[in-house]
Amino acid sequence: MNLTLRIWRQKNARDKGRLETYQANDINENMSLLEMLDVVNENLVRKGSEPIHFDHDCREGICGACSLVINGIPHGGKKGCTTCELRIRNFNDGDTITIEPYRARAFPVIKDLMVDRSALDRVMQAGGFVSVGTAGTPDANAISIEKDVAEIAMDSAACIGCGACVAACKNASAMLFVAAKVSHLANLPQGQVERKRRVLNMVNQADSEGFGNCTNQYECEVVCPKEISVKFIAQMNREYFKALKK
Amino acid sequence: MTRDETGLKKAVEQITALREEFWQNVRVIGSNDEMNQTLEKAGRVADFLEFAEIFCYDALNREESCGAHFRKEYQTEDGEALRNDKEFAYVAAWEYKGDGIKPELHREELKFENVELATRSYK
Repeated sequence: MNLTLRIWRQKNARDKGRLETYQANDINENMSLLEMLDVVNENLVRKGSEPIHFDHDCREGICGACSLVINGIPHGGKKGCTTCELRIRNFNDGDTITIEPYRARAFPVIKDLMVDRSALDRVMQAGGFVSVGTAGTPDANAISIEKDVAEIAMDSAACIGCGACVAACKNASAMLFVAAKVSHLANLPQGQVERKRRVLNMVNQADSEGFGNCTNQYECEVVCPKEISVKFIAQMNREYFKALKK
Repeated sequence: MTRDETGLKKAVEQITALREEFWQNVRVIGSNDEMNQTLEKAGRVADFLEFAEIFCYDALNREESCGAHFRKEYQTEDGEALRNDKEFAYVAAWEYKGDGIKPELHREELKFENVELATRSYK
């Protein structure tokens, strides 16, 4: 397949940045979007030009390293897929694809398509620890958790922390991310000791990182590669108010 | 995958030449002033070359077959791995001594207190 790419190039956080056009010819339709970028980069390097910088790691949809806004949608808009899982066969021969970095005040551009998402790490750090009994290894299933509760906890724990929710939100809100992390532990007995402290600290940290608030547009849920439901935002809000009341 | 003395010696020679070639002619695009993924990659290749060389020295030194390390010269009559616990029941830690110099071997003996060393048969 032959594609025309419009790709955001930006030397560093201070550079203004601009879209540049590249041709990607003879691309195998079974390649992922990242593999297509690899091919483009090999050609750029061969010509002595700097390759397009982008984040990637596991390339199987579990690590949360890949990002990119493809034709205006974080991760490209294929339901439940990260950018690394997005195949070129989802596009048509001759298409023009626009690829930009995540855009949010809390995610400064490092270079080209690579942004600094360490604000999410600091939110996690603010969440702190869980207190659990030590001593010997507990028996499996010693703490019984009802199936439907375990399912809910797992649904929110599926968050890979990619930040697509932030990139999709007009307020650059990290609510879906924070909600997933808060709900995951709030729904389990292991998370009860620090339950109140955790939600207050994580929400406050997210605010101080410059993430916006939620105005219930739900773009986050649509782009989330793990299809995390906005109902967790409702749970986080309840957790937050309960924690404030003491 | 099988290894033998001739092959491993050849590999050490080839890797030495490759490393030489790498350090003489490596081309890293970009600058030191910004994030540079090409430089990251070059650093990784340099590590791999160093690591591959140590791998070969270790495989050459270990004159037995054990686990995934299968030396053609050391096999049972029916083609299974032939261990030599008397001489090689140790973990090898190699100390880097500089480019092109054979690394130094440090042996960490494996001591078994509760189990007896035995050879498992997969047949």
